[in-house]
Amino acid sequence: MNTIEASLRDHPLFADLEDAMLRQVARCARTRHFDAGQYLFREGGPADAFFLVRQGLVALEAHAPGGVAILFSTLGTGEIVGASWLVPPYRWMFDARASTATHVISVDAACLRSQFETDHDLGYALMTRFLPAFVKRLHATRLQMFDLYGGPTS
Amino acid sequence: MMPTMDGDAWRPSVYRVARVVREFEEVVTLTLRPEGGNRPAFMPGQFNMLYAFGVGEAAISICGEDEGQGGFVHTIRRVGAVSHALASVSEGDAVGLRGPFGKGWPLSEAERGDIVFVAGGLGLAPLRPAIEHVLQHRSHYRRVTLLFGTRNPHTMLFESDFGRWRRGAEVDAVVTVDQADAAWRGSVGAVPALVPRATFDPKETMAMVCGPEVMMRFAVASLRDAGVPAESIHVSMERNMKCAIGLCGRCQYGQDFICRDGPVMRYDRVASRFSIREI
Repeated sequence: MNTIEASLRDHPLFADLEDAMLRQVARCARTRHFDAGQYLFREGGPADAFFLVRQGLVALEAHAPGGVAILFSTLGTGEIVGASWLVPPYRWMFDARASTATHVISVDAACLRSQFETDHDLGYALMTRFLPAFVKRLHATRLQMFDLYGGPTS
Repeated sequence: MMPTMDGDAWRPSVYRVARVVREFEEVVTLTLRPEGGNRPAFMPGQFNMLYAFGVGEAAISICGEDEGQGGFVHTIRRVGAVSHALASVSEGDAVGLRGPFGKGWPLSEAERGDIVFVAGGLGLAPLRPAIEHVLQHRSHYRRVTLLFGTRNPHTMLFESDFGRWRRGAEVDAVVTVDQADAAWRGSVGAVPALVPRATFDPKETMAMVCGPEVMMRFAVASLRDAGVPAESIHVSMERNMKCAIGLCGRCQYGQDFICRDGPVMRYDRVASRFSIREI
């Protein structure tokens, strides 16, 4: 097992992925580092990769008029950053900025999507990992929208 | 055995307001000292009935002790007539107090294991004395984690305590907010999402959860997903209380009265009622 395969295996998303499939993903992956404040991607740019956070914290932001950034979510160690690479037109909907020094595994989206086309088992195996993560995030976002902490709890 | 109040459970004792701290917006923390005599002992997680004379009574969790001065500390948000009156008192004013009442956090049971505190908003208040207890007996516990969710960075309850709790890595305290601007360097998102990021041994963990009930349902689901057994999760329930001694039925929760059988309850014992919206 090479270094990138070992790094993928350490990430919770791929902890139990078959060895052969892990090698396929590894062919599209590389490790990257982002300094605090550096952008992983910007709104409107091509969604040509996704990122598995090995260590650090990534802030997802939208921009209001006047250049004010609205920070609506952070993703940390063991989480996946980026979903727009899965759905056409493959454009980022938000900015992703490293809040702290952040180490990630970057996976090339076009490379992986082409593997999905030729190996549906790989596509299925990965979708069964991505989808629960994204659904949990959707639920958490809904909870966040409730503004729960304004009520009486003491 | 939980400490209970001495004497007549119906009759409030007079306490003087020794200190008022405006936390933020509609939230104040009061230090209350008994007018004559000593305050009764309490267990973290218990509550007192505070009486705003001429207005009424409300159940308020004990969020600390008045060190060396023999008083109680309570944090109150203005939401109704009584809490509004209590949150409007000044130093030197008198309030009535009955208590302490109810069952507290299982701190003895939690010894020799990991602890995960999950708090949302003012739900941190009832957990605060439990965190202080753990710090005072730190060698009795292994990893201690506090996951705290609040509305925004300006609604950080007990902000000065966090530095002390984190010192020497005594407590791994993580704060997440619902909304923030780009200046915020911490976590943004719902507090249950912090559970998978925390380090603890799920089979040797006692989880203590307090906050809005919707948040607690999600937090419990995250803890269960992480492998924490249902019997190792405790939640602090909230219902309107009147008598506080299990007689009037105002706070009935299925076969339990929150005032007498709670407010801290073991999750597996209330799980079947947790999602019944009618109660």
